[in-house]
Amino acid sequence: MIGAQVALSQGGQTVGRPAVNIAIFALFVAATLVIAVTASGGNRTTTDYYAGGRAFTGRQNGIAIGGDYLSAASFLGIAGLIALDGYDGFLYSIGFLVGWLLVLLLVAGPLRNTGRYTTADVLDLRLRAVPVRVAAATSTLVVSLFYLLAQMAGAGGLVSLLLGVHSAQGQDATVAVVGLLMIFYVLVGGMKGTTWVQIVKATLLTVGAAVATVWVLDRAGFSLSVLLGHAAAASPAGRAVLGPGLLYGLNTVSKFNFISLSVALVLGTAGLPHVLMRLYTVPDAAQARRSVVWTICLVGVFYVFTLVLGFGAMWLVGAKQIESAPGKENSAVPLLAFHLGGTVFLGLVAAVAFATILAVVAGLTITASASFAHDVYAGVLRRGEADPEDEIRVARTTAVVIGLVAVIGGIYAKDIDVAFLVALAFAVAASANLPSILFSFFWPRFTARGALWSIYGGLISAVGLIIFSPVVSGGSTGLGGAGASLISDPHIDFAFFPLDNPGIVSIPLAFFLGWLGSVTDKNAADSARFARMQVRALTGIGAERGSRG
Amino acid sequence: MSVTQSSESRGTASGYELVHGSREFGTLRRRLGYYVVPVTGMFLVWYFLYVILAAFAPGFMRISVFGNINVGLCIGLLQFVSTFTIAIGYGRWAPRKFDPLAAKLRLRLEKGRRL
Repeated sequence: MIGAQVALSQGGQTVGRPAVNIAIFALFVAATLVIAVTASGGNRTTTDYYAGGRAFTGRQNGIAIGGDYLSAASFLGIAGLIALDGYDGFLYSIGFLVGWLLVLLLVAGPLRNTGRYTTADVLDLRLRAVPVRVAAATSTLVVSLFYLLAQMAGAGGLVSLLLGVHSAQGQDATVAVVGLLMIFYVLVGGMKGTTWVQIVKATLLTVGAAVATVWVLDRAGFSLSVLLGHAAAASPAGRAVLGPGLLYGLNTVSKFNFISLSVALVLGTAGLPHVLMRLYTVPDAAQARRSVVWTICLVGVFYVFTLVLGFGAMWLVGAKQIESAPGKENSAVPLLAFHLGGTVFLGLVAAVAFATILAVVAGLTITASASFAHDVYAGVLRRGEADPEDEIRVARTTAVVIGLVAVIGGIYAKDIDVAFLVALAFAVAASANLPSILFSFFWPRFTARGALWSIYGGLISAVGLIIFSPVVSGGSTGLGGAGASLISDPHIDFAFFPLDNPGIVSIPLAFFLGWLGSVTDKNAADSARFARMQVRALTGIGAERGSRG
Repeated sequence: MSVTQSSESRGTASGYELVHGSREFGTLRRRLGYYVVPVTGMFLVWYFLYVILAAFAPGFMRISVFGNINVGLCIGLLQFVSTFTIAIGYGRWAPRKFDPLAAKLRLRLEKGRRL
C-alpha cells in the first residue's frame, strides 16, 4: 500500500496487449454489475442500505472485509516494495496484519453491540452529545476521503501501464470512468451489492495471487531459500535485500520514521471507518468476531503470497526493468505476471488489480455517505427524527457528491505519492478515532469534552504534522524511506517536524487529550451511562440483530 | 429493543446499573478482561520488539539460520504465526467461555424488563 508511486508515463512502455486487458476488465465489470444489481434486492430500509440487512455470515463478511482492506496499493505496492527494497517491504505487511488483532480483541464485539451503522453511534450511546457526533462524522469523512484519493490516484498510474493509456486526458477519462462505475455500484447495490462485489474481488485476488505464488515457487524448486538466493543475486543491492535497513536503515531519522509508521499501521486498522462499518453487516457480535478471524486468515495468507511475489519479481523481472516501467514498484507484479504467464495471465492479474480499486472505492464511498446521511443529516440536522426514505435519499446524493469529489481529486492527486495519502489515513484513523472508541468502552470517567479533545486533537495534530513534515515541503528526494516532497522546490521549506508519519506523536497525544479533557471536565462522567454502555457492549442487549442468527 | 428505548427516553439506566454491579456481570467482565488484556499486551510488546530489532539491530536480523533464511525472516514469519494463533485461539475461546454467559445475562435482562 505504501510506497506506491503514481505513474506518470508519457509515452512509456505498456506490457501485454491492451486489447486483451480491456476485454478482461470489461468482462469483470459486467459480471460485478450483474452481481450488484441482483444482490441488492431493493434496499428499502436504512438497515438494507447501510448494513446489507445484517444478513451476512461471519465468513462472508470476513472475506468482504479482506476485500475492502487489500487495496490495489497493498497488492501491487507491498510486492513492489519487496521487489525493490527486499526485507523492508515485508515489514509493512506485518504492521498491516498485526493491527487486526486489536480490532478482534478490543473492538469488534463491543462495537457491533453498541452501534447501528457508524462509530459515531457508539460514541453517541455513551456520551449523548451532538458535538461528539459531529466530530466523529468529521473524522470519518476525512479519513475516508484521504483513503479514497489514494485509491483514485493509484488508478491513473495502473491504467497507464495496463491499458496503454498514456495521455493525460486519457488517464483523466479513465479515472472518471472508475468514479462513475463506483457511484453506480453504491447507488444500486447499497451495502449488500457492494459486499458481494468485495467477496468476488477478494476471492479472485487471493486465487490470482496463489497461482502466481505457486508458479514462482515452482521456478525455485519450492525452496524459499533458493528463491531468496536468486533474488539477492539478481538485485543491485545484493544480499542486503535479505535483511532490514535498505529503506529505513539510512540514519536515525529514517529509523524513527519507520517506528512512527509502524505505530500508525498497528493502531490505525482499528480506527478505519470503512472497516468498522462492515462489522454491522452481520447478525450479532459473535459473527462480527468471526468475521475478523476470517479476515486475519485471508489477509495473513495474502501477505505471505506478496512476500514470494516480491522476491520473485526481484529475481525474474529485475529491479532495472521495474524502475523503468511506468508506475515503478506498482508494476512489479504485473511485469512478473507477464513474465510467468504471458498476455492472458497479465490481463487476469491486471483485471483483478483494477477490480480491487473499484471495490475499495465503492466501500469507502458507502462509508462516507452513510456517515454524512446517518450522523450529520439524520442525527444532527434532524435530531434523530429523519424519515428513513429521506435518509437513504440523502445517503445516495452524498454518494454521488463524494464520487464526483473523488474523481476530481483523483485527477489532481495523480502526482501525489499514494504512500503519503494512505499512511496519512492510517495515522489520522489511529489518532482521531481509536482513542475515543476505546475510552467509550473501557474507561468510566470518559466525558464528551474528552471525546472532543481527543478526536479534534488527534485529527488536527496528525494532519498538521504532515503538513509541516518533509513529505510536503523541503524538496526531499525520497531517501531513507521518505517519499519525495509534494513541493519539489527546495527553497520552499516550512517543514519543522522531521518524520514522514505523525503517528508516534499524534496517537499518544490523542490518548492524552482524551484523558486530560475528561479529568478536567466540570461535568463528571455519567456512571449510569457507562454501566449501560458496558452491559450492552458485553451482553449484546438492545443491539439490533440480523435476520440470520 | 423497544423496551430499551423506552427506558432511555425516561432517562434512567438503573436497570443497567444493577446488572453492571451484579456478581455475574463482574464474572463476565473479568473473564473477558483476563483474556484480552494480557493477550493484547503480549502481541503489542512482541510486535514492537520486532520493529525495534528491525530498526536498530539489523546485524542480528541478518544472522543466517539456514541457507538464505535469516533471523529477521524467521521472526517476521513468526509474527504471522502468532497472529494466526491468537486470532484462531480467541475465535475458539469466546464461543465456549464468553458467549454462553453473555447470552444468559442478556436473556435474563430481556425477561426482567418485560415483567
